[in-house]
Amino acid sequence: MDLFEYQGKQFFAMFDIPVSPGEAVTTVDAAVAAADRIGYPVVVKAQVMVGGRGKAGGVKLASTTEEAREHATNILGLDIKGHIVEVLWIEKASDIAEEYYASFTLDRAAKKHLGMLSAQGGVEIESVAETDPDAIAKIWIDPVDGLTEEDARRWVSGARLNPDATEGAVDILVKLYRAYTEGDADLAEINPLILTPEGKVHALDAKVTLDDNAAFRHDWDEFASTQVRDEREQAAHEKGLQYVGLDGNVGIIANGAGLAMSTLDVVNQAGGAPANFLDIGGGANADVMAGALEVINNDPKVRSIFINIFGGITRGEEVANGIVQALGRVTLNSPIVIRLDGTNADQGREILAAHESETLISKPTMLEAAQAAVELANR
Amino acid sequence: MSIFVDESTKVVYQGLTGSQGKFYGLRNRDYGTQVVAGTNPKKAGTDVDGVPIYASVADAVEATGATASCIFIPAPGVQAAVMEAAEAGLELVVVITEGVPAQDEAWFYNKIKRDFPATRILGPNCPGLISPGKANIGITAGEIALPGGPVGIVSRSGTLTYQALYELKLQGIGVTTCVGIGGDPVPGTSFIDCLEAFEADPETKAVMLIGEIGGSAEEEAADFIKAEMTKPISAYIAGVTAPAGKKMGHAGAIVSGGKGTAAAKMEALRGAGVEVGQNPTEAGELMVEIVKNL
Repeated sequence: MDLFEYQGKQFFAMFDIPVSPGEAVTTVDAAVAAADRIGYPVVVKAQVMVGGRGKAGGVKLASTTEEAREHATNILGLDIKGHIVEVLWIEKASDIAEEYYASFTLDRAAKKHLGMLSAQGGVEIESVAETDPDAIAKIWIDPVDGLTEEDARRWVSGARLNPDATEGAVDILVKLYRAYTEGDADLAEINPLILTPEGKVHALDAKVTLDDNAAFRHDWDEFASTQVRDEREQAAHEKGLQYVGLDGNVGIIANGAGLAMSTLDVVNQAGGAPANFLDIGGGANADVMAGALEVINNDPKVRSIFINIFGGITRGEEVANGIVQALGRVTLNSPIVIRLDGTNADQGREILAAHESETLISKPTMLEAAQAAVELANR
Repeated sequence: MSIFVDESTKVVYQGLTGSQGKFYGLRNRDYGTQVVAGTNPKKAGTDVDGVPIYASVADAVEATGATASCIFIPAPGVQAAVMEAAEAGLELVVVITEGVPAQDEAWFYNKIKRDFPATRILGPNCPGLISPGKANIGITAGEIALPGGPVGIVSRSGTLTYQALYELKLQGIGVTTCVGIGGDPVPGTSFIDCLEAFEADPETKAVMLIGEIGGSAEEEAADFIKAEMTKPISAYIAGVTAPAGKKMGHAGAIVSGGKGTAAAKMEALRGAGVEVGQNPTEAGELMVEIVKNL
């Protein structure tokens, strides 16, 4: 789960990481009231989960009430790379002497945590990595050992930050590592991490991705409530289905994440475009299948549906009966192509054959089924 | 021969008293796996369809001589369950459970590597492994696999693994061992661990590798194949058309920052001399050709 900047700062604050005081608001009046309370100058910041909002006009400095109103009016509702701004973060403006970059994430190849620190902050770290890789000081941390203050001090000196920033940076990095590990983040990034003219170090931005698998040991309801999902994803999520919305017109239902991904690939190979990724998990019983069909059926872009099931422990005839039952419960807007394989596939196909029609077609292989589904979608 | 498990492997099931653990544990026993014990501190002294339940893995090991475990414990308890199995001296710990926090995985992977180097973790979030005709530990349907070799399979995906087993069976081709390493960010056993074992196994003559988007495990496997493998390999990578920034079902299956794409993985594998199929069926067909020419 990706957090908005203001949520990331709330998350950081739980671990005593210094952030600028501010308020999240959703209306112009609330923005102005917040700015008046905080005291000028303030920064009006669009809350969107996409980079480059500054360039898009989503971050403005306001020195007066009038300016705060003007900026809030302009930024609320702004379209930044397809993301509409619905929330503003109003924060006390900071004097900036220097801008740094700091982050923790998992290095999957090394199977260790990776910390990155750079004296070149405020720009995209990917571009620093490309143009001046030596400007990023990396540290690999064994999760069993954790990050000690000593490690952090050595790391900071390797990154050649302004010596005035050393103490503040060490303190923040140790806390950021705690936030990342104890807070169950997949990514905890501060860009920029700033040094003020008074020699204080604090987080001017916050980019945090939380590990959904760890939700059971945290109170993340408030973060979860603002997650932006498309309607189809929301409906699938409520049914407990693994769904990702895409742009094509062939609806996909498969059992298993790998098979579902593979189904998208085969539809593309057949010259079509999938409308979604949908993994219904192992069983493929009538209830789950009916729920999946409802989600797909409500997608107006869908012109045909491709059900791709491999029967393992759940045998072919059980899968086929489940599909037939589910079809009885949902009135479909699009024709269906089914590819059933695996344990007792022949028996399953026999059951499907008895129900076959112009709108229910059974094919023995993935590629044939994909071709049929694409043809139907383009008809 | 097979890798990691065979007919003599004695397995304790952590979570045998739960519905999933019972269902698959007893299926594994019916297949012929030596399912010697289950654990549950509250139900020690009872049994699940004749399989004795012990309070701890250590007790089970002492009573039965188990050397492997299979974990069906819910995600919040997996870290403790893995540590318990390692502390009891088990050689293989198969974690079926999905949804384990990445911080836990990273921690217990490193902890066990350091303090219990003789213990191999497989998973989490994996279907387990099967040496057809000998032992099946996990959730694979044993009937879709033909025993005997000459092919070894290693895969990050569950259903695609089943697909591969089944297609080979239809062609009359047997499998020595099929290992599902799972789709999580920190798998206990890697492609390379399995490739190394298959290379050393005299009965495995060829290997099928099934990968997916995300991370760099397939690229690392390609480097290993180029340097160390003499046996022929066919491969398939799922997710050629997956959009960047979206997790495709598995926690580890995500293209981020332009890294982890299927195209790059296929390219790396081809560069290492691997026959790469465009879909699972094609990878199966390539393996059929490889086996014909052995």
